[in-house]
Amino acid sequence: MIFATVGTQGQFDRLIRTIDEWAGAHGRTDVFAQTGPSDYHSKHIRAERFIDPTEFRKRVEAASLVISHAGMGSIITALELGKRIIVMPRRASLGEHRNDHQLATAKRFAEQGCIMVAFTEHELVDKLDQHQISDEPERLSALASPRLISTIRTFIETGRIRFENRDISS
Amino acid sequence: MFRSTVFHRKGLRNNSTLQSRSVRTKLLAVSSGGGHWVQLLRIKRAFENCEVTFVTVHESYRAQVPGHKFYLVNDANRWTKIALLKAAGRLAWIVWNEKPDIVVSTGAAPGYLALRFGRMMGARTIWLDSIANVERLSMSGDRIGRCADLWLTQWPHLARPNGPHYTGSVL
Repeated sequence: MIFATVGTQGQFDRLIRTIDEWAGAHGRTDVFAQTGPSDYHSKHIRAERFIDPTEFRKRVEAASLVISHAGMGSIITALELGKRIIVMPRRASLGEHRNDHQLATAKRFAEQGCIMVAFTEHELVDKLDQHQISDEPERLSALASPRLISTIRTFIETGRIRFENRDISS
Repeated sequence: MFRSTVFHRKGLRNNSTLQSRSVRTKLLAVSSGGGHWVQLLRIKRAFENCEVTFVTVHESYRAQVPGHKFYLVNDANRWTKIALLKAAGRLAWIVWNEKPDIVVSTGAAPGYLALRFGRMMGARTIWLDSIANVERLSMSGDRIGRCADLWLTQWPHLARPNGPHYTGSVL
């Protein structure tokens, strides 16, 4: 099962159309897409505009591969559930977002090696063709880094900001 | 006389400690949807000794925080002035109603507004800038950061001596 998602903010038909055509060309019938407010009629994949977060997690859990826009909700959920994810950033010049921050996010995360990034439709097709079902990556723990949690907790309890050996009174 | 004064002061201090322990810190946790909400959930362990109220933009998120008070606010951004005003009205009411000790947000616009109202009401404020902002801080993050008591970025290269500070990320 492949799960594609574009989040809730706006249509990202460039992603959905590419996956739809790829699925048609390869006879894949196991692709489900959450398309957002889109008027694109998919021919080969099942699609729904919005799904709630519980179903979203179920869909990710059931998938062997997640394809999404470079939104943190999708990326973090895929990593939490130990799924391979290919992201394609939205581009402001194509009216897909207000700015190009998804490009920067995608680049930085790709450098860290935890996600795959396709910057164009062509790259996405290449990555889909290359994708082999292999071992799933390790799951991310369900929580933020302990140091971040402890900084916030210390501040809540004492009003102090503590960084390693340095103390800053607020 | 001296002794009794010392005793008296000590007694007072003990009383106030007891009182602050019996009344849990009220914390208002605010975010918009998608990644902002997912990041807020990943730091909620830090709030476990508090009485936490969540404020976000989708009713469907309620099921992810069972046992907590939950408010809805409309989403908005700086391009949608009417929605922004509506969200501001709603958040002002929520903050007035809840009178939180702490307001925390992972963004975006609703969190910015909540922190401003929280600060006006004397709450301490925490802003965790989204991990999606890897090149520069978000617009709301850059503006609010200067009046957040604890101002955090999730990227070491964006940290500056007077804030935002970096002490790890949600990942």
